[in-house]
Amino acid sequence: MTSQSHVGQLVSQPYKYGFVTEIETEKIPKGLDEDVVRLISEKKNEPQFLLDFRIRAYRHWLKLQAPDWAGLGYPPIDYQDIVYYAAPKQKEKKNSLDEVDPTLLETFDKLGIPLSEQKRLSNVAVDAVFDSVSIATTYKEKLAEHGVVFCSITDAVNEYPELVRRYLGTVVPSNDNYFAALNSAVFSDGSFVFIPRGVECPMELSSYFRINSGDIGQFERTLIVAEEGASVSYLEGCTAPMFDTNTLHAAVVELVALDDASIKYSTVQNWYAGDENGVGGIYNFVTKRGHCCGERSKISWSQVETGSAITWKYPSCILQGADSVGEFYSVALTNHRQQADTGTKMIHLGPRTRSTIVSKGISAGHSANSYRGLVQMGPKAVNAKNYSQCDSMLIGDQAGANTYPYIRSQQPDASIEHEASTCRISEDQLFYLQSRGIDFEAAISMIVSGFCRDVFSQLPMEFAAEADKLLALKLEGSVG
Amino acid sequence: MISLDAPVLIEIRDLCACVDDQPILNGVNLTIRAGEIHALMGRNGSGKSTLSKVLAGHPAYKVTEGSVLYRGEDLLPLEPDERSRIGLFLGFQYPVEIPGVSNLEFLRVSTNARRLEQGLEELDTFAFEDFVRERLGLVQMDPAFLDRSVNEGFSGGEKKRNEILQMALLEPLVAILDETDSGLDIDALRIVSGGVNQLANVDNATLLITHYQRLLDLIKPDYVHVMAAGRIVRSGDKALALELEQRGYEWVDRELDALEMT
Repeated sequence: MTSQSHVGQLVSQPYKYGFVTEIETEKIPKGLDEDVVRLISEKKNEPQFLLDFRIRAYRHWLKLQAPDWAGLGYPPIDYQDIVYYAAPKQKEKKNSLDEVDPTLLETFDKLGIPLSEQKRLSNVAVDAVFDSVSIATTYKEKLAEHGVVFCSITDAVNEYPELVRRYLGTVVPSNDNYFAALNSAVFSDGSFVFIPRGVECPMELSSYFRINSGDIGQFERTLIVAEEGASVSYLEGCTAPMFDTNTLHAAVVELVALDDASIKYSTVQNWYAGDENGVGGIYNFVTKRGHCCGERSKISWSQVETGSAITWKYPSCILQGADSVGEFYSVALTNHRQQADTGTKMIHLGPRTRSTIVSKGISAGHSANSYRGLVQMGPKAVNAKNYSQCDSMLIGDQAGANTYPYIRSQQPDASIEHEASTCRISEDQLFYLQSRGIDFEAAISMIVSGFCRDVFSQLPMEFAAEADKLLALKLEGSVG
Repeated sequence: MISLDAPVLIEIRDLCACVDDQPILNGVNLTIRAGEIHALMGRNGSGKSTLSKVLAGHPAYKVTEGSVLYRGEDLLPLEPDERSRIGLFLGFQYPVEIPGVSNLEFLRVSTNARRLEQGLEELDTFAFEDFVRERLGLVQMDPAFLDRSVNEGFSGGEKKRNEILQMALLEPLVAILDETDSGLDIDALRIVSGGVNQLANVDNATLLITHYQRLLDLIKPDYVHVMAAGRIVRSGDKALALELEQRGYEWVDRELDALEMT
């Protein structure tokens, strides 16, 4: 078979997770006003402080304009045409997995995230979020023995209201930006993690976000707190069915690390990206930020972004505690008509704070892929250090790659290093691999995977191989 | 090991090829049988490397005329990877670096692609490590090279040894070695040629592209061909290489001019 027909065959391979689960869903009517915000809060039986938080955010959001500085091209979003709350109909309170609707368990089985006792992953605890609600969290009891809290944010609001109240909105204030304000007003579910002082979380924690309904917006809210000396590794995964309309996912993720605490947050994003003409797909407009408020604390973001029609996402670190460390490792792959504007902000406030940024952007098809990053050294960031490396790889001659590094320093003793490169997969590299019996598509994914190795090596082991496969799958048919 | 009864592995007839519409090969004829070692000599720009790339299927080179039969079948419609899997091997003059790709993994994928074609079982990670360690000895390569990225940061000699290691793993029927001796010191040259000699047998064939007699002291060719202006202008036995060494290529040019005049 020639490589041409080979490519043709692979292109027609559909997005594997594009199915829709037939389940009766309780939805509130489309549209957004203050009553809708109150209704969401009411459905979730929330305490007054949270309702106040939502209302404040909503009123602020009304005054804001959607940001356009990223230069992403999409028609204006009609916020009145979105359903803000959708939940599969099932028993109000699920005390055990046996009470979860089997259709939902099947859905997660199909997604490769088995939740049932017998089949679930042995060393990963999973919080499964379906549309607007968390349907199950595994290993809750085992984690509780270590004092670790891992549950949906909805449960956390009811069971640990003081913790939620103390930390929610402290890293990403509700008036932070347009999408953060919207999220703060209408957020539905997400995960809550609390690792008490001195505890090393005994297993990987993972949340899996599934959008099922076509017309809902998913407003995920995740909060992770690691107390003094605690450590945790958390992974987020996401998929959605194939719809020819665009679905909004506007998440807020907040991480808080106290003295000597360490949080590793990894994302493997595989939302539906739209078809090859750019019809449909998820708009992923996300605010993720970590606060290293403690001394010697560490927050590490790793992300593999392959899905979404549009990604607007800058997982960032505020390095306040002396000697705290921030890391950002990113692979962003765009194909067809996808657009990604992603990067990070490293805000160095404390002395001797250090940050590392490694970003690998791969653009294929007609896609646009930008790295946008800020490294800021405050006046007290004596001897702070940053190292940034931004590499772009172009596949074909229709894709675009941009790098926008912003550097601001108010501290003469800080050191900032920035390296950037752009490359193409060379014909010679391809020919070399092909002349060793490796077919065209496999040769491309081998070269791309090599390009991303520095980032993949940062992912939890179970997911590094998955990320590799995902990338290969997404690249299929990218070169004609 | 010449035997005229041995099966023909590759038969090149009137091969013409160009790159960017610039003709480089102008009617190459060459027949290689199992068990033979051929040396192809000639000036820079005479078309030696182009011939090797055309045989391996480099997309930048376009065949405009002529044919290549590989074991009686048309080779030219095949993709480079298909050619490799059926036993054609090109040892690169300048092996390419592929950052981030583990050499070991690359060698394993490549070896398994060939094995699958041969109807052999694929080797898993452990079985392959045993296999590759055994073959490493052939080129006296440090196993540490397996853990590095493909050719990245390798010295010239290390890259060439890595090429011969690949040849040892793939066990090709026809190996084309494009200036494998260039950039090698005398020790590395001995190691590389020792590897090539050990791999040569009655069932396979080798086409050595070289400028220098010194390689042919170490690997004894059965035939020597001289290329000029995209054609093989003279063929003979190893005495031809010695004559070239003594008299230089100008002698070939004069002969060629004389040929054109008649």
